[in-house]
Amino acid sequence: MSYQTETIMNKILKYSFFDLVRSRWIYIYCAFYLLFTFSLLWLSSDLSKVVISLMNVMLVLVPLIASMFSIMYFYNSREFTELLLAQPLKRSHIFIGQYLGVAGSLSLSLIIGISIPFLLYGIIGSAEIWNYFTLVIIGIFLSFIFSAIAFFIALRHENRIKGFGLTILVWLFFAVIYDGFFLLGLVFFNEYPLENFTLAASFFNPIDLSRILILLKLDISALMGFTGAVFRKLLGSGLGMSLAYLSLALWVIIPIWGIRRVALRKDF
Amino acid sequence: MISINNLHKAFGKNKVLQGIDLSFEGAGITAILGPNGSGKTTLIKCILGMVYPDKGDIQLGGQSIRHEWAYRDQLDYLPQIARFPENLTVLELFSLVKDLRKRTASGEELVELFGLKPFLNKRLSNLSGGTRQKVNIVQAMMFDSPLVIMDEPTAGLDPVAMIRLKEIIRREKERGKTILITTHLMNFVEEVADDVVFILEGKIHFKGSLSALKAQYGEAQLEQAIAHILEGKDPKIPNRFSSIC
Repeated sequence: MSYQTETIMNKILKYSFFDLVRSRWIYIYCAFYLLFTFSLLWLSSDLSKVVISLMNVMLVLVPLIASMFSIMYFYNSREFTELLLAQPLKRSHIFIGQYLGVAGSLSLSLIIGISIPFLLYGIIGSAEIWNYFTLVIIGIFLSFIFSAIAFFIALRHENRIKGFGLTILVWLFFAVIYDGFFLLGLVFFNEYPLENFTLAASFFNPIDLSRILILLKLDISALMGFTGAVFRKLLGSGLGMSLAYLSLALWVIIPIWGIRRVALRKDF
Repeated sequence: MISINNLHKAFGKNKVLQGIDLSFEGAGITAILGPNGSGKTTLIKCILGMVYPDKGDIQLGGQSIRHEWAYRDQLDYLPQIARFPENLTVLELFSLVKDLRKRTASGEELVELFGLKPFLNKRLSNLSGGTRQKVNIVQAMMFDSPLVIMDEPTAGLDPVAMIRLKEIIRREKERGKTILITTHLMNFVEEVADDVVFILEGKIHFKGSLSALKAQYGEAQLEQAIAHILEGKDPKIPNRFSSIC
Protein backbone atom coordinates (compact mmCIF):
# COMPACT_ATOMS: atom_id res chain seq x y z
CA MET A 1 0.00 0.00 0.00
CA SER A 2 2.71 2.43 0.88
CA TYR A 3 4.39 1.71 -2.43
CA GLN A 4 1.15 2.48 -4.20
CA THR A 5 0.52 5.80 -2.46
CA GLU A 6 4.11 6.78 -3.06
CA THR A 7 3.67 6.35 -6.80
CA ILE A 8 0.47 8.41 -6.72
CA MET A 9 2.39 11.33 -5.27
CA ASN A 10 4.95 10.86 -8.00
CA LYS A 11 2.21 10.98 -10.60
CA ILE A 12 0.86 14.29 -9.32
CA LEU A 13 4.41 15.58 -9.23
CA LYS A 14 4.95 14.40 -12.78
CA TYR A 15 1.82 16.06 -14.14
CA SER A 16 2.40 19.36 -12.33
CA PHE A 17 5.90 19.23 -13.69
CA PHE A 18 4.80 18.59 -17.28
CA ASP A 19 2.14 21.25 -16.97
CA LEU A 20 4.76 23.80 -15.90
CA VAL A 21 7.50 22.70 -18.25
CA ARG A 22 5.19 23.81 -21.04
CA SER A 23 4.44 27.18 -19.57
CA ARG A 24 6.05 30.18 -21.21
CA TRP A 25 7.26 31.68 -17.95
CA ILE A 26 9.49 28.82 -17.02
CA TYR A 27 11.31 29.29 -20.34
CA ILE A 28 11.64 33.01 -19.79
CA TYR A 29 13.10 32.28 -16.38
CA CYS A 30 15.54 29.81 -17.88
CA ALA A 31 16.44 32.14 -20.76
CA PHE A 32 17.17 34.95 -18.32
CA TYR A 33 19.76 32.86 -16.50
CA LEU A 34 21.22 31.67 -19.78
CA LEU A 35 21.67 35.20 -21.06
CA PHE A 36 22.84 36.58 -17.75
CA THR A 37 25.42 33.87 -17.14
CA PHE A 38 26.66 34.06 -20.73
CA SER A 39 27.12 37.78 -20.55
CA LEU A 40 28.88 37.58 -17.18
CA LEU A 41 31.27 34.98 -18.54
CA TRP A 42 31.82 37.07 -21.62
CA LEU A 43 32.52 40.23 -19.62
CA SER A 44 34.88 38.70 -17.11
CA SER A 45 37.36 35.90 -17.32
CA ASP A 46 37.69 35.65 -13.55
CA LEU A 47 35.36 32.78 -12.67
CA SER A 48 35.07 33.57 -8.98
CA LYS A 49 33.93 37.10 -9.85
CA VAL A 50 31.32 35.60 -12.15
CA VAL A 51 30.17 33.29 -9.36
CA ILE A 52 29.86 36.23 -6.96
CA SER A 53 27.89 38.40 -9.40
CA LEU A 54 25.64 35.49 -10.19
CA MET A 55 25.21 34.81 -6.50
CA ASN A 56 24.16 38.38 -5.78
CA VAL A 57 21.49 38.22 -8.45
CA MET A 58 20.36 34.73 -7.50
CA LEU A 59 19.99 35.52 -3.80
CA VAL A 60 17.39 38.14 -4.66
CA LEU A 61 15.80 36.70 -7.76
CA VAL A 62 15.44 33.00 -6.93
CA PRO A 63 13.39 33.58 -3.76
CA LEU A 64 11.25 36.22 -5.49
CA ILE A 65 10.47 34.15 -8.58
CA ALA A 66 10.00 30.95 -6.59
CA SER A 67 7.49 32.64 -4.26
CA MET A 68 5.56 34.41 -7.00
CA PHE A 69 5.51 31.47 -9.36
CA SER A 70 4.38 29.04 -6.67
CA ILE A 71 1.61 31.20 -5.33
CA MET A 72 0.36 31.93 -8.85
CA TYR A 73 0.42 28.26 -9.69
CA PHE A 74 -1.46 27.36 -6.55
CA TYR A 75 -4.21 29.92 -7.04
CA ASN A 76 -4.53 29.20 -10.75
CA SER A 77 -4.84 25.47 -10.31
CA ARG A 78 -7.49 25.67 -7.63
CA GLU A 79 -10.20 24.04 -9.71
CA PHE A 80 -7.87 21.29 -10.76
CA THR A 81 -6.92 20.77 -7.13
CA GLU A 82 -10.61 20.35 -6.39
CA LEU A 83 -10.78 17.73 -9.08
CA LEU A 84 -7.85 15.91 -7.52
CA LEU A 85 -9.45 16.17 -4.08
CA ALA A 86 -12.45 14.28 -5.42
CA GLN A 87 -10.24 11.40 -6.53
CA PRO A 88 -9.26 8.58 -4.21
CA LEU A 89 -6.06 10.33 -3.16
CA LYS A 90 -4.61 11.44 0.13
CA ARG A 91 -4.64 15.19 0.63
CA SER A 92 -1.04 15.39 1.70
CA HIS A 93 0.01 13.61 -1.50
CA ILE A 94 -1.90 16.06 -3.67
CA PHE A 95 -0.32 19.17 -2.19
CA ILE A 96 3.17 17.87 -1.61
CA GLY A 97 3.10 16.37 -5.11
CA GLN A 98 2.13 19.73 -6.61
CA TYR A 99 4.72 21.54 -4.53
CA LEU A 100 7.49 19.20 -5.62
CA GLY A 101 6.38 19.65 -9.24
CA VAL A 102 6.61 23.45 -9.03
CA ALA A 103 9.84 23.59 -7.02
CA GLY A 104 11.35 20.88 -9.23
CA SER A 105 10.60 22.64 -12.50
CA LEU A 106 11.87 25.98 -11.15
CA SER A 107 15.07 24.30 -10.02
CA LEU A 108 15.48 22.56 -13.34
CA SER A 109 15.22 25.77 -15.36
CA LEU A 110 17.71 27.39 -12.99
CA ILE A 111 20.14 24.48 -13.34
CA ILE A 112 19.87 24.52 -17.14
CA GLY A 113 20.16 28.30 -17.32
CA ILE A 114 23.34 28.38 -15.29
CA SER A 115 24.94 25.14 -16.33
CA ILE A 116 24.94 25.48 -20.11
CA PRO A 117 27.12 28.63 -20.14
CA PHE A 118 29.45 27.23 -17.49
CA LEU A 119 29.80 23.90 -19.28
CA LEU A 120 30.53 25.62 -22.59
CA TYR A 121 33.06 27.75 -20.78
CA GLY A 122 34.78 24.57 -19.64
CA ILE A 123 33.95 24.46 -15.95
CA ILE A 124 34.65 20.72 -15.84
CA GLY A 125 38.23 20.22 -14.86
CA SER A 126 38.57 23.79 -13.69
CA ALA A 127 39.35 24.62 -10.09
CA GLU A 128 36.11 26.60 -9.84
CA ILE A 129 33.87 23.59 -10.31
CA TRP A 130 33.01 23.33 -6.63
CA ASN A 131 32.03 26.97 -6.44
CA TYR A 132 29.74 26.42 -9.38
CA PHE A 133 28.23 23.39 -7.64
CA THR A 134 27.66 25.34 -4.44
CA LEU A 135 25.89 28.01 -6.46
CA VAL A 136 23.59 25.47 -8.09
CA ILE A 137 22.83 23.70 -4.80
CA ILE A 138 22.01 27.01 -3.12
CA GLY A 139 19.73 27.90 -6.03
CA ILE A 140 17.88 24.61 -5.61
CA PHE A 141 17.58 25.08 -1.86
CA LEU A 142 16.22 28.60 -2.22
CA SER A 143 13.70 27.48 -4.84
CA PHE A 144 12.42 24.71 -2.60
CA ILE A 145 12.34 26.91 0.52
CA PHE A 146 10.47 29.87 -0.95
CA SER A 147 8.18 27.69 -3.00
CA ALA A 148 7.21 25.82 0.19
CA ILE A 149 6.60 29.07 2.08
CA ALA A 150 4.41 30.35 -0.77
CA PHE A 151 2.40 27.12 -0.86
CA PHE A 152 1.92 27.33 2.88
CA ILE A 153 0.67 30.93 2.63
CA ALA A 154 -1.59 30.09 -0.30
CA LEU A 155 -3.14 27.20 1.63
CA ARG A 156 -3.76 29.42 4.63
CA HIS A 157 -5.29 32.30 2.67
CA GLU A 158 -8.23 31.92 0.38
CA ASN A 159 -8.00 35.61 -0.53
CA ARG A 160 -5.53 35.93 -3.39
CA ILE A 161 -4.60 39.53 -2.73
CA LYS A 162 -3.82 38.73 0.88
CA GLY A 163 -1.83 35.67 -0.21
CA PHE A 164 0.18 37.63 -2.76
CA GLY A 165 0.78 40.47 -0.35
CA LEU A 166 2.01 38.18 2.39
CA THR A 167 4.29 36.29 0.02
CA ILE A 168 5.89 39.50 -1.22
CA LEU A 169 6.23 40.65 2.37
CA VAL A 170 7.97 37.43 3.37
CA TRP A 171 10.36 37.82 0.45
CA LEU A 172 10.98 41.48 1.24
CA PHE A 173 11.56 40.61 4.87
CA PHE A 174 14.21 37.99 4.19
CA ALA A 175 15.84 39.76 1.25
CA VAL A 176 15.94 43.33 2.57
CA ILE A 177 14.31 44.12 5.90
CA TYR A 178 16.00 41.39 7.92
CA ASP A 179 19.47 42.63 7.05
CA GLY A 180 18.42 46.17 7.87
CA PHE A 181 17.27 45.24 11.35
CA PHE A 182 20.32 43.10 11.73
CA LEU A 183 22.65 46.01 10.97
CA LEU A 184 20.67 48.37 13.17
CA GLY A 185 21.02 45.88 16.01
CA LEU A 186 24.75 45.68 15.44
CA VAL A 187 25.07 49.46 15.50
CA PHE A 188 22.99 49.91 18.63
CA PHE A 189 24.61 47.15 20.62
CA ASN A 190 28.12 47.45 19.31
CA GLU A 191 29.55 47.62 22.81
CA TYR A 192 28.42 44.09 23.58
CA PRO A 193 29.85 40.83 22.32
CA LEU A 194 27.52 40.01 19.46
CA GLU A 195 29.16 36.99 17.88
CA ASN A 196 26.71 34.42 19.19
CA PHE A 197 23.73 36.62 18.44
CA THR A 198 24.93 37.21 14.90
CA LEU A 199 25.53 33.56 14.39
CA ALA A 200 22.11 32.59 15.68
CA ALA A 201 20.37 35.34 13.73
CA SER A 202 21.77 34.26 10.39
CA PHE A 203 20.31 30.78 10.81
CA PHE A 204 16.87 32.36 10.80
CA ASN A 205 17.25 33.81 7.33
CA PRO A 206 17.74 31.33 4.48
CA ILE A 207 19.02 34.06 2.16
CA ASP A 208 21.73 35.13 4.59
CA LEU A 209 22.57 31.52 5.19
CA SER A 210 22.99 30.93 1.46
CA ARG A 211 25.21 33.97 1.10
CA ILE A 212 27.44 32.78 3.92
CA LEU A 213 27.67 29.33 2.41
CA ILE A 214 28.85 30.58 -0.96
CA LEU A 215 31.27 33.05 0.55
CA LEU A 216 32.71 30.41 2.85
CA LYS A 217 33.14 28.21 -0.16
CA LEU A 218 34.75 30.97 -2.21
CA ASP A 219 36.95 31.88 0.72
CA ILE A 220 36.85 35.61 0.06
CA SER A 221 37.13 37.22 3.45
CA ALA A 222 36.86 40.77 2.10
CA LEU A 223 33.36 40.07 0.91
CA MET A 224 32.24 38.00 3.82
CA GLY A 225 30.98 40.80 5.97
CA PHE A 226 30.52 40.55 9.68
CA THR A 227 28.33 37.47 9.68
CA GLY A 228 30.61 35.47 7.46
CA ALA A 229 33.64 36.41 9.47
CA VAL A 230 31.95 35.33 12.67
CA PHE A 231 30.87 32.12 11.05
CA ARG A 232 34.37 31.44 9.96
CA LYS A 233 35.89 32.25 13.29
CA LEU A 234 33.48 30.35 15.46
CA LEU A 235 32.78 27.30 13.41
CA GLY A 236 35.59 26.81 10.99
CA SER A 237 34.70 26.18 7.38
CA GLY A 238 33.82 22.50 7.55
CA LEU A 239 31.52 22.52 10.56
CA GLY A 240 30.06 25.91 9.60
CA MET A 241 29.10 24.63 6.19
CA SER A 242 27.53 21.42 7.42
CA LEU A 243 25.50 23.34 9.98
CA ALA A 244 24.40 25.82 7.34
CA TYR A 245 23.33 23.04 4.98
CA LEU A 246 21.51 21.33 7.80
CA SER A 247 19.54 24.44 8.65
CA LEU A 248 18.76 25.07 4.98
CA ALA A 249 17.32 21.55 4.92
CA LEU A 250 15.26 22.44 8.00
CA TRP A 251 14.04 25.53 6.14
CA VAL A 252 12.65 23.19 3.51
CA ILE A 253 11.26 20.58 5.90
CA ILE A 254 9.42 22.90 8.29
CA PRO A 255 7.23 24.64 5.66
CA ILE A 256 6.50 21.25 4.05
CA TRP A 257 5.36 20.01 7.43
CA GLY A 258 3.19 23.14 7.64
CA ILE A 259 1.71 22.46 4.18
CA ARG A 260 0.80 18.94 5.28
CA ARG A 261 -0.76 20.13 8.51
CA VAL A 262 -2.90 22.84 6.91
CA ALA A 263 -3.89 20.60 4.00
CA LEU A 264 -5.23 17.92 6.32
CA ARG A 265 -7.55 20.32 8.15
CA LYS A 266 -8.71 22.71 5.50
CA ASP A 267 -12.16 22.91 3.91
CA PHE A 268 -12.12 23.35 0.14
CA MET B 1 -25.59 3.03 -0.20
CA ILE B 2 -25.04 6.51 1.21
CA SER B 3 -26.57 7.89 4.38
CA ILE B 4 -26.13 11.35 5.84
CA ASN B 5 -27.04 11.89 9.48
CA ASN B 6 -27.65 15.24 11.15
CA LEU B 7 -25.03 17.09 9.13
CA HIS B 8 -24.02 20.54 10.37
CA LYS B 9 -21.51 22.92 8.87
CA ALA B 10 -20.81 26.57 9.53
CA PHE B 11 -18.26 28.82 7.84
CA GLY B 12 -17.66 31.36 10.56
CA LYS B 13 -21.07 32.75 11.51
CA ASN B 14 -22.67 31.54 8.32
CA LYS B 15 -24.52 28.30 9.14
CA VAL B 16 -24.56 26.61 5.77
CA LEU B 17 -25.90 23.19 6.73
CA GLN B 18 -28.22 22.85 9.70
CA GLY B 19 -29.04 19.24 10.32
CA ILE B 20 -29.27 17.44 6.99
CA ASP B 21 -30.62 13.87 7.06
CA LEU B 22 -30.64 12.04 3.76
CA SER B 23 -30.09 8.61 2.38
CA PHE B 24 -29.82 7.34 -1.15
CA GLU B 25 -30.23 3.70 -1.99
CA GLY B 26 -29.95 1.81 -5.24
CA ALA B 27 -30.42 3.03 -8.79
CA GLY B 28 -32.00 6.40 -9.24
CA ILE B 29 -31.47 10.02 -10.20
CA THR B 30 -31.94 12.57 -7.46
CA ALA B 31 -31.93 16.28 -8.21
CA ILE B 32 -30.70 18.45 -5.36
CA LEU B 33 -32.42 21.80 -5.74
CA GLY B 34 -32.32 25.04 -3.86
CA PRO B 35 -31.60 28.72 -4.40
CA ASN B 36 -28.03 30.02 -4.58
CA GLY B 37 -26.26 29.73 -1.27
CA SER B 38 -28.69 27.17 0.13
CA GLY B 39 -25.91 24.68 0.86
CA LYS B 40 -26.09 22.31 -2.13
CA THR B 41 -22.44 22.52 -3.06
CA THR B 42 -21.37 22.33 0.60
CA LEU B 43 -23.42 19.16 1.00
CA ILE B 44 -21.73 17.65 -2.05
CA LYS B 45 -18.33 18.71 -0.83
CA CYS B 46 -19.03 17.03 2.50
CA ILE B 47 -19.81 13.79 0.69
CA LEU B 48 -16.58 14.17 -1.27
CA GLY B 49 -14.57 14.82 1.87
CA MET B 50 -13.48 18.25 0.65
CA VAL B 51 -15.29 19.94 3.52
CA TYR B 52 -15.26 18.47 7.00
CA PRO B 53 -18.64 18.76 8.73
CA ASP B 54 -18.80 20.26 12.23
CA LYS B 55 -21.35 17.74 13.41
CA GLY B 56 -22.97 14.65 12.01
CA ASP B 57 -21.74 11.79 9.94
CA ILE B 58 -21.78 10.49 6.39
CA GLN B 59 -21.64 6.78 5.76
CA LEU B 60 -20.93 5.08 2.48
CA GLY B 61 -21.77 1.40 2.45
CA GLY B 62 -22.03 1.41 6.24
CA GLN B 63 -18.61 2.99 6.79
CA SER B 64 -17.98 6.50 8.02
CA ILE B 65 -16.04 8.59 5.50
CA ARG B 66 -14.55 10.99 8.03
CA HIS B 67 -10.89 11.64 7.15
CA GLU B 68 -10.93 8.67 4.80
CA TRP B 69 -9.89 8.86 1.18
CA ALA B 70 -10.02 5.40 -0.38
CA TYR B 71 -13.85 5.44 -0.52
CA ARG B 72 -13.70 8.07 -3.26
CA ASP B 73 -12.87 5.24 -5.61
CA GLN B 74 -16.59 4.43 -5.36
CA LEU B 75 -17.74 7.76 -6.76
CA ASP B 76 -17.45 9.92 -9.84
CA TYR B 77 -17.57 13.68 -9.44
CA LEU B 78 -18.29 16.33 -12.01
CA PRO B 79 -17.10 19.66 -10.59
CA GLN B 80 -19.02 22.86 -11.12
CA ILE B 81 -16.38 24.88 -12.94
CA ALA B 82 -14.47 23.10 -15.66
CA ARG B 83 -10.95 24.38 -15.27
CA PHE B 84 -7.93 22.15 -15.66
CA PRO B 85 -4.15 22.61 -15.91
CA GLU B 86 -3.86 24.95 -18.85
CA ASN B 87 -0.90 23.40 -20.54
CA LEU B 88 -2.12 19.82 -20.64
CA THR B 89 -3.88 18.47 -23.70
CA VAL B 90 -7.29 16.85 -23.42
CA LEU B 91 -5.83 13.40 -23.95
CA GLU B 92 -3.21 14.00 -21.27
CA LEU B 93 -5.89 15.08 -18.83
CA PHE B 94 -7.84 11.88 -19.48
CA SER B 95 -4.80 9.72 -19.03
CA LEU B 96 -3.91 11.62 -15.85
CA VAL B 97 -7.31 10.92 -14.32
CA LYS B 98 -7.20 7.29 -15.47
CA ASP B 99 -3.72 6.99 -14.09
CA LEU B 100 -4.82 8.28 -10.70
CA ARG B 101 -7.95 6.18 -10.47
CA LYS B 102 -6.54 2.82 -11.56
CA ARG B 103 -9.99 1.80 -12.75
CA THR B 104 -11.14 0.47 -16.06
CA ALA B 105 -12.33 3.43 -18.05
CA SER B 106 -14.43 3.69 -21.20
CA GLY B 107 -13.47 7.13 -22.38
CA GLU B 108 -13.48 6.49 -26.14
CA GLU B 109 -17.21 6.02 -26.36
CA LEU B 110 -17.93 9.27 -24.50
CA VAL B 111 -15.38 11.14 -26.60
CA GLU B 112 -17.20 9.89 -29.69
CA LEU B 113 -20.59 10.81 -28.26
CA PHE B 114 -19.58 14.42 -27.57
CA GLY B 115 -17.54 14.75 -30.76
CA LEU B 116 -14.38 15.56 -28.84
CA LYS B 117 -12.05 13.68 -31.18
CA PRO B 118 -10.72 16.77 -33.00
CA PHE B 119 -9.88 18.35 -29.65
CA LEU B 120 -7.96 15.47 -28.09
CA ASN B 121 -4.54 16.90 -28.84
CA LYS B 122 -5.45 20.53 -28.15
CA ARG B 123 -4.42 22.26 -24.98
CA LEU B 124 -7.15 22.78 -22.43
CA SER B 125 -6.46 26.53 -22.34
CA ASN B 126 -7.49 26.79 -26.00
CA LEU B 127 -10.91 25.20 -25.57
CA SER B 128 -14.21 27.07 -25.39
CA GLY B 129 -16.32 26.93 -22.24
CA GLY B 130 -18.78 24.41 -23.66
CA THR B 131 -16.05 22.12 -24.95
CA ARG B 132 -14.36 22.24 -21.59
CA GLN B 133 -17.59 21.22 -19.95
CA LYS B 134 -17.78 18.25 -22.34
CA VAL B 135 -14.24 17.31 -21.35
CA ASN B 136 -15.32 17.70 -17.75
CA ILE B 137 -18.23 15.32 -18.28
CA VAL B 138 -16.06 12.73 -20.00
CA GLN B 139 -13.40 12.79 -17.29
CA ALA B 140 -16.06 12.27 -14.63
CA MET B 141 -18.21 9.68 -16.41
CA MET B 142 -15.60 7.41 -17.93
CA PHE B 143 -15.33 5.32 -14.78
CA ASP B 144 -17.90 2.81 -13.76
CA SER B 145 -18.46 3.92 -10.17
CA PRO B 146 -21.69 3.11 -8.30
CA LEU B 147 -22.18 6.72 -7.13
CA VAL B 148 -22.14 9.69 -9.50
CA ILE B 149 -22.26 13.31 -8.29
CA MET B 150 -22.77 16.10 -10.84
CA ASP B 151 -22.58 19.74 -9.82
CA GLU B 152 -24.27 21.87 -12.50
CA PRO B 153 -23.56 19.49 -15.39
CA THR B 154 -25.47 21.58 -17.93
CA ALA B 155 -23.35 24.72 -17.69
CA GLY B 156 -22.44 26.01 -21.14
CA LEU B 157 -23.66 23.01 -23.11
CA ASP B 158 -25.25 23.39 -26.53
CA PRO B 159 -28.62 21.65 -27.21
CA VAL B 160 -27.03 18.62 -28.88
CA ALA B 161 -24.62 18.08 -26.01
CA MET B 162 -27.51 18.51 -23.62
CA ILE B 163 -29.38 15.64 -25.32
CA ARG B 164 -26.26 13.49 -25.11
CA LEU B 165 -25.86 14.31 -21.44
CA LYS B 166 -29.42 13.24 -20.71
CA GLU B 167 -28.82 9.98 -22.62
CA ILE B 168 -25.72 9.31 -20.58
CA ILE B 169 -27.43 10.02 -17.29
CA ARG B 170 -30.35 7.73 -18.12
CA ARG B 171 -28.02 4.99 -19.29
CA GLU B 172 -25.97 5.18 -16.12
CA LYS B 173 -29.13 4.88 -14.09
CA GLU B 174 -30.09 1.74 -15.98
CA ARG B 175 -26.73 0.34 -15.02
CA GLY B 176 -27.86 0.59 -11.43
CA LYS B 177 -26.05 3.75 -10.34
CA THR B 178 -27.03 6.26 -7.72
CA ILE B 179 -26.82 9.70 -9.36
CA LEU B 180 -26.99 13.06 -7.59
CA ILE B 181 -27.36 16.21 -9.68
CA THR B 182 -27.55 19.85 -8.73
CA THR B 183 -28.95 22.23 -11.30
CA HIS B 184 -31.03 25.34 -11.73
CA LEU B 185 -32.70 24.13 -14.92
CA MET B 186 -36.14 22.90 -13.99
CA ASN B 187 -36.86 21.38 -17.42
CA PHE B 188 -33.75 19.31 -17.04
CA VAL B 189 -34.91 18.08 -13.65
CA GLU B 190 -38.35 17.20 -15.00
CA GLU B 191 -36.83 15.24 -17.84
CA VAL B 192 -34.27 13.18 -15.96
CA ALA B 193 -34.86 13.12 -12.22
CA ASP B 194 -36.80 10.51 -10.28
CA ASP B 195 -36.51 12.16 -6.89
CA VAL B 196 -36.07 15.71 -5.71
CA VAL B 197 -34.42 17.05 -2.60
CA PHE B 198 -35.11 20.70 -1.92
CA ILE B 199 -32.69 22.49 0.37
CA LEU B 200 -33.33 25.94 1.77
CA GLU B 201 -31.03 27.68 4.24
CA GLY B 202 -29.25 24.49 5.10
CA LYS B 203 -32.33 22.45 5.86
CA ILE B 204 -34.24 19.95 3.80
CA HIS B 205 -37.68 21.25 2.93
CA PHE B 206 -38.78 18.50 0.63
CA LYS B 207 -37.61 15.03 -0.19
CA GLY B 208 -39.56 12.67 -2.37
CA SER B 209 -40.43 11.79 -5.91
CA LEU B 210 -40.98 14.41 -8.58
CA SER B 211 -44.66 13.54 -8.88
CA ALA B 212 -45.14 13.67 -5.10
CA LEU B 213 -43.75 17.20 -5.08
CA LYS B 214 -46.13 18.33 -7.80
CA ALA B 215 -49.06 16.57 -6.17
CA GLN B 216 -48.35 18.06 -2.76
CA TYR B 217 -48.63 21.57 -4.11
CA GLY B 218 -51.26 20.80 -6.73
CA GLU B 219 -49.14 22.08 -9.58
CA ALA B 220 -48.40 20.50 -12.92
CA GLN B 221 -45.15 22.42 -13.31
CA LEU B 222 -42.11 21.81 -11.17
CA GLU B 223 -41.23 25.51 -11.28
CA GLN B 224 -44.57 26.40 -9.75
CA ALA B 225 -44.20 23.80 -7.02
CA ILE B 226 -40.74 25.11 -6.17
CA ALA B 227 -42.09 28.65 -6.09
CA HIS B 228 -44.68 27.45 -3.60
CA ILE B 229 -42.01 26.09 -1.31
CA LEU B 230 -40.09 29.35 -1.54
CA GLU B 231 -43.19 31.38 -0.82
CA GLY B 232 -43.88 29.23 2.18
CA LYS B 233 -47.42 28.19 1.20
CA ASP B 234 -46.90 24.80 2.76
CA PRO B 235 -48.28 24.90 6.32
CA LYS B 236 -45.19 23.04 7.59
CA ILE B 237 -42.95 25.89 6.56
CA PRO B 238 -43.27 29.27 8.29
CA ASN B 239 -44.03 32.09 5.91
CA ARG B 240 -40.80 33.96 5.58
CA PHE B 241 -42.38 37.04 4.06
CA SER B 242 -45.32 37.46 6.42
CA SER B 243 -43.28 39.44 8.92
CA ILE B 244 -42.29 41.93 6.25
CA CYS B 245 -45.80 42.61 5.01
